[in-house]
Formats: sequence, C-alpha cells, structure tokens
Amino acid sequence: MNATLRHVRYVATENPVTLGAFLLFSFFVLLALLGPWIAPYDALASNTEAALKPPSAAHWFGTDSLGRDILSRIVVAARLDFGIAVSAVAASFAIGSALGALAGFFGGWADRIIGRVADTIMAFPLFVLAMGIVAALGNTVANIVLATAIINLPFYIRVARAEVNVRRNAGYVEAARLAGNSDLRVLALHVFPNVLPPMMVQISLNMGWAILNAAGLSFIGLGVRPPQAEWGIMVAEGATYIISGEWWVALFPGAVLMLAVFTFNLLGDGLRDIMDPRMRT
Amino acid sequence: MGDGGVEAAYIPPLLEVMDLSLEFRTRSGTVHALQGINLSVERGETVGIVGESGSGKSVLSFAILRILDASARVTSGTVSFAGMDMLAASEHALREVRGREISMIFQNPRTALNPIRRVGKQIEDVLGTHTSTLRADMKQRAIEALAGVRIPDPERRYHAYPFELSGGQCQRVMIALALACSPQLLIADEPTTGLDVTTQAAIMTLASGLARERRMATILITHDLALASEYCDRIVVMHAGHVVETAPTAELFRHPRHPYTARLIASTPGPTQGIDTLSSIPGNLPDLRRGDLPSCRFHARCDRAKDDCVSRPLPSLPVRCLYPL
Repeated sequence: MNATLRHVRYVATENPVTLGAFLLFSFFVLLALLGPWIAPYDALASNTEAALKPPSAAHWFGTDSLGRDILSRIVVAARLDFGIAVSAVAASFAIGSALGALAGFFGGWADRIIGRVADTIMAFPLFVLAMGIVAALGNTVANIVLATAIINLPFYIRVARAEVNVRRNAGYVEAARLAGNSDLRVLALHVFPNVLPPMMVQISLNMGWAILNAAGLSFIGLGVRPPQAEWGIMVAEGATYIISGEWWVALFPGAVLMLAVFTFNLLGDGLRDIMDPRMRT
Repeated sequence: MGDGGVEAAYIPPLLEVMDLSLEFRTRSGTVHALQGINLSVERGETVGIVGESGSGKSVLSFAILRILDASARVTSGTVSFAGMDMLAASEHALREVRGREISMIFQNPRTALNPIRRVGKQIEDVLGTHTSTLRADMKQRAIEALAGVRIPDPERRYHAYPFELSGGQCQRVMIALALACSPQLLIADEPTTGLDVTTQAAIMTLASGLARERRMATILITHDLALASEYCDRIVVMHAGHVVETAPTAELFRHPRHPYTARLIASTPGPTQGIDTLSSIPGNLPDLRRGDLPSCRFHARCDRAKDDCVSRPLPSLPVRCLYPL
C-alpha cells in the first residue's frame, strides 16, 4: 500500500502536467461531492430584480435571466454532470471490456458476433444515436446514462479486443495454461490485468466525451430539463443572450465544461503510468 | 506404486508415448508434424530430445500436455502418464495434471512471467491452484520456493516484478514456479536459450540438481548437443517429425547409428575446431505438407540413401534407418 502511494507521488511529481490534471480532477470531485453546501446561493432560487447582472463581487459569474447565481448553478451542476459521466463510463467499461476481452481471447464466432455489434453501433453518427435513444426511451437521467454508455461501448470493445488479442499467445499466457489454469482464469487473472493500463487512457478520454455528450443532449433539449442546474442547459440558456451582450451567462458554464473535458484528457496518461508497474523504477 | 508386491510386476514408465501422430490442418495444407512417435521416460530419468528447429520437439511436448492449437489433430497413438490416458482425459483432469504432475519451463523466461504481477504472487497463484496451502502460509512457501532456486535475498525478490530481474533470475523464478507443486515430470523446452553461457551452466546445474534431489524425471528439449550430453541419461533424436534414434547418452556419442545423428554430432563445434572444418548438414527439412512424404524423411539429405529408403517401411527404434552406420 505504502509503495503504491509512493508511486502515485512519483508519477505526479515527475510530470507537472499529470500533477495539474490530478489537482483539477480532485477539485471537480470536491465540487461534485460538496456542491450544494459550498454554493454561495440557492441554485434554483430566482430573483427577477437581479436578472442578467454581469459578474460582480456579489455574483462572481453574474446572474442569468431569472436572476439565479451562475456560480452556484455551476457548482451544484458538477454532481449531476459527473454522476452521468462516471456511471455511463463505468457501465460501458464493464460491459465493453468484458465483451472485447472475450472476443480477442477466444476469436472465432464470439469475435465475429461481438465485432459486428460494435460495427453496427459505430455505423450510426454517435450523437444522433444517443439522441434517438433518449427520444425513444424518455427524457430521464437514467436514459442519458444508458445512451452515453451504449455509444461508448464500441471503443471499449475495440481497445480490449486488440489489447487482449496481442497478448493471447504471450509466453506468460502459455505458461499459465501449462500450469493448469482454465481459459477463463487465464483471461481474468493473467491477460486482463495487463490490458488495464491502456484501457485506463480510454476510460479517461471517454469521461470527457461522456460529459460533453450529456451536456450536448441537454443543450438540444433532450435529457436533463430546466430548471435543473446542468452545464449543457446553462450554455443553451445563455446562448440566446450572447447576441444581446450578456456573454457571461453562456461563457462560464461553457468554460467549466471545457475545463472538465480538458482535465480528463490529461488525466489518462497519468492514470496509465500509475497502473503500470513497469513505470515504477 | 505399491511397494513389496509379490510378483515382479512390470512397472510401466512414468511417461509413455506410443505411435503418436499429429497433424495440423492449415489453409495451405495438412502439416504432418509428428508421425509414429515413440518415447518413454522412467521415473527420475533425464531424457534429452534433440533435433534442429522444426523437427517437432516442442509440438511433442505440448502434445504430451495436450495443449494444442485448434487446428491440431492427433491421428494415432497414445500418451499415458502415470497410468493416465492423456489423450482421452477430460479437460478438468488435464488441468489437475498440468503444473502439478507435469511442469514446463521454456525459453525466454522474461516473457514467460506475467509482467505486471510480483513474482512472489505468481508462485502463490500456482500454489493456490494446485495445493491446499493455507493463505497464511502462502508467502512463506513462495519465499521458500525462491530460496530453493538459490535466488539471493528471496524476501526482497518476492516483491520484485519480472522486469526488475535479470534473464537468469527470471529463469530461476520459472523453475521455482514449475517445481512449486513437486511435479513428477519437468519438461524443459530450450531452457537456456537466450541466456549467456555462464548463466546457462548455472541454470542447468540448478535444474538437474533439483531434479535429482526430488527424484523427478526431466525431458530436456534442446538443439544444443553439448548441453544434452552433459545432463541427460538418454537422448532421443528427432528429425522432421520422426524419432530417428534413441540411445543412452554415452553410447549415442561414441557410436551414433543413424546418419542424421552422426551428421548432427559432426556439426557440433568443439573448442579445438576451426569454423572451416565444421561440417554442416546439406539441405533443409522436407516440406511436411507434402502428401507423398517418403518413408524416411531424411533420405534427400542423406549420403547413404538408397532407392528403397523412399518406400520401404523403416525398422522400429532404437534406430529407424534401413542402412544404419
């Protein structure tokens, strides 16, 4: 345990970008966990007298058309946006990597069927597919998670399949078989852990996409509904005011959204370095 | 085996391969990889299998454990190990044998260890699969196994990852893994290939010493005749999927009877021999995909070959040659 912590510290200090990504990530996690308690105002309380006020000492990020504090809404929305992204990515990772690993390890008809499923999903424009799923199943958070998980599935299937496939005949896999392990045990215990470091990069990149996707769905009116605080809706609501000069309504939630995606993209490499013991020198 | 039997019963060898033939069905044709293989290994005996690359040495060892590619078909013969019919046994029964009764070490020890698992844990994996070692004793047993293969500072090495060890140490770990469950038979497939010469000697001395201590039978697969001559009781020579000759080591080297064996010995460099006087065997292995493989697969490369070598059935072991030396 101690060695792991020391390794995390080593990876973080070795690469300042990774350190920055970890700090930003912890910041977002704190926002998601503590949001409602640290937000300066009630995210849903409107105050028409203070509507569309530019950033000031009282409202750092200004207020929106109903006079709600934008900073508070951004802080509170972190939990929802992160929740959607994390659960969607967790679902597609669990299912996609298991399917991909089976396809890559056993080949044959399993590979063909799973590969075609992935191809079929990929054949759709993914965002349109997500729109279709949410539109068909109904406008709920659970359906946004489901849609996001489904459109991300092929990426996990493909990465897991490719990474498992190149290791299928590795010496240690052969050795594990010769030592009397069953195929599934070899796959789960010896091949799959070796595939995790490259999967980690995929997970992290995917988190960024998942957040963008959830925000995008809300932006076009599918998914989370007003008055719920959510970054995508906030950008959508603010978009109409950009022309009339109230830039802060859309800018701040958009910037936070961008920062979150950026954080996840940087985090991937750092996570891989932590997962891979060969980096521990 | 019960001791004190009344009748002087025939004790079957530990491993007996009889008339084993195996082929691979590939897109470019059927490869007749093994044909009519006979091999027996007694308890505690060290048998060397020698032959050039592609002669079927490794396929044979995988066939014994029945770890075969999906395209492989055993077309005839039997493999019995300690009374068990390996070719008919269930997959479950085979898993019990693999790693516990028959272990294997092979070349490139670096790639044969899981790169992201600590070596101590890998030994524990094997113990956990095959023995009823208590969880609390696992670590101690793993450290003992590392100490048993003379790895210095085993408590510290227990926590090492394979990439932190040298090639020789990795092979020691492989041996520790292979011997963790005290198997009756160790198959060493080119165990010293890729190691430098001093490490080779150390690994072989270690492996043969441990085999003797435990009265464990060993099959040493190698193309290095000098290595085989040093450590084996008996040598089996393979060529193009045939066993061509078998004899006790000293006898084989003193008086090789199959022309292939003789050429193989003649093409082993000695310390006093210059490269220009070293003989080589002309030609290549025949294409094993041919449907009309000659009865003796060496005949095209053989200077003693006569016309009937192509068609007449070969005599059985110890020398499968119609015109032996």
